[in-house]
Amino acid sequence: MKSALIVFLKEVRENLRDKRTVINTLITGPLMGPLIFVMLINTMVSRELEKAEAPLKLPVIGAEHAPNLIEALRQQRIEIQPGPADAERAVREQDADVVLRIPPRYAESWNKGEAAQVELVFDESQRDAQSAVRRLQGALEGYGQRTGALRLLARGLSPSVMKPVVVAERDQSTPQSRSGQMFGILPYFFILGALIGGMALAIDTTAGERERQSLEPLLANPVPRGQILAGKLATTTAFSMTTVLLSMLAFSIASRFLPTDKLGMDLHIGLGFLARGLFVMLPLAALLAGLQTMVAAFAKSYREAQTWLGLLTFVPAIPTMLLTVLPFKPLPWMYAVPLMGQQIALTRFLRGEVVNSDALVLCFVCTTLAALAAYFVTARIYRSERLAISA
Amino acid sequence: MIEVKDLHKTFGSGTKKVVAVDGVSFTARDGEITGLLGPNGAGKTTTLRCLYTLMQPNSGQVLVDGIDAAADPLAVRRSLGVLPDARGLYKRLTARENIAYFGQLHGLDDATIRMRSDAAIRALEMDDIADRRTEGFSQGQRVKTAIARALVHDPKNVILDEPTNGLDVMATRAMRAFLKQLKNEGRCVLFSSHIMQEVAALCDRIVVIAHGRVVADESPDALRAQTGEANLEDAFVKLIGTDEGLAA
Repeated sequence: MKSALIVFLKEVRENLRDKRTVINTLITGPLMGPLIFVMLINTMVSRELEKAEAPLKLPVIGAEHAPNLIEALRQQRIEIQPGPADAERAVREQDADVVLRIPPRYAESWNKGEAAQVELVFDESQRDAQSAVRRLQGALEGYGQRTGALRLLARGLSPSVMKPVVVAERDQSTPQSRSGQMFGILPYFFILGALIGGMALAIDTTAGERERQSLEPLLANPVPRGQILAGKLATTTAFSMTTVLLSMLAFSIASRFLPTDKLGMDLHIGLGFLARGLFVMLPLAALLAGLQTMVAAFAKSYREAQTWLGLLTFVPAIPTMLLTVLPFKPLPWMYAVPLMGQQIALTRFLRGEVVNSDALVLCFVCTTLAALAAYFVTARIYRSERLAISA
Repeated sequence: MIEVKDLHKTFGSGTKKVVAVDGVSFTARDGEITGLLGPNGAGKTTTLRCLYTLMQPNSGQVLVDGIDAAADPLAVRRSLGVLPDARGLYKRLTARENIAYFGQLHGLDDATIRMRSDAAIRALEMDDIADRRTEGFSQGQRVKTAIARALVHDPKNVILDEPTNGLDVMATRAMRAFLKQLKNEGRCVLFSSHIMQEVAALCDRIVVIAHGRVVADESPDALRAQTGEANLEDAFVKLIGTDEGLAA
């Protein structure tokens, strides 16, 4: 193993002198994700909060038909504005989030004690308008219920007659688990960090070494090729783990700047998360290093290797998407599947849930086995004559 | 001493099959310079690659100091100093670091590496570049570094693939003097070339290869006598059957 260590130390020294690799590993890889994330969440959150707190501007058509309703809405901090001529068109063209239309027959129905109809014009597919619609619906329903209750009382009946069943909601989510749902994409950023951190190294140690014609002299040394490869894979793994660690630290700092408390959420990336996260990520980083090196070894040139590894970057997105689109209950066997195991474990860590140590060990061992398999396959390629020839 | 016995090497299969080496045998002795001469594509590089175990021959045997390359490739590589056709350096390491890396891979300790590097740097007159990063080195400076790197473990046998390729006149002269020095130290020096003048000026023994076969294995004088040509150039052309791919 001494030769592997020599190769490792030399690769680390050489690559630390390469600005592009260092920037990729230490800056771009770990910081891009958190930066984008913080900006995105911050914008989203402050918009939502702004909407919830600011008075809702509501265009109303036919406000004169229902002065009492309008007054009740005003008390809910809804600002009544004159309605547009064509409500449907105003909504379609996003001039208004929602328009309230009160037909002239409203007063007549009301006075007769019949159900008086009002119309809400909105577009369900406009995400931006959803909170305004919910707020208005809530205000209208509240008004209806209050009025209904008063009418029942006036007839000597208890308002509970109208409510044979009362639903009391007992939400089991915790501030942390609510944030886990929102931040479900975070594990992907860590896995992506591992890929980006190792990419330059994986190419440099195979296609790069061949392209600059240094592989043939290297292989003329009295060292088994498996050891040279082991040293190179260790370097790739070390760089990709550095990226993962920095990425986690960056998220840990970034999470302090997110207005998560205002959403009733809690994103805590502390030491416990770092320790457990790095534990499950280590074998994955080794596995990805092996796969990247394998792919790069097949490529004829540096550029070709870059293209293939770029495509490989999308592979870890698959479990993320599956888990987002089909949120299923994590079953024990899933920890045994590399990538998926890490994805589930990291998500649960973020949600503040306890993952039992059996599952973590299973995740670690299975991914390690996969990494070893990748190493042996890559070593086979590394021993082939074709690899060595610089041409 | 390097012994090559009936070496065969083919690439590909079926219709794309290329026979690169087709029964090459020769011996390179200690204290002699042996030249492998042949036109481009004659199979010189492939032969040498089989010698330093980068490739495995389909059949035949390679013995270096009596060790079978197929049986113990690591021992063979340990007793060889190799300057391959590809001589890329690590451009973000200095010349000295490049040399030290190979010394470490040969299992040398730091003191030995320091001593050998200093000696090589002096012998190759590369003091001025020794502690510079190799990025931007001239062709000559690169070859010097690659040679110092290949000889850091003080090998008994030295294999050089087209060592003067791409060198200017001064660097070529220095290289030839260096090869003679290696010979005088009692080493077995084997190099390939497609330049007749060079082979004629340096070699104690010339192995002429064409189409993957040895067509002559003699001293320069014997070669002239064998072909009946007084001029070596004419002798070569007569042996190879064509002057294509040879340079004077």
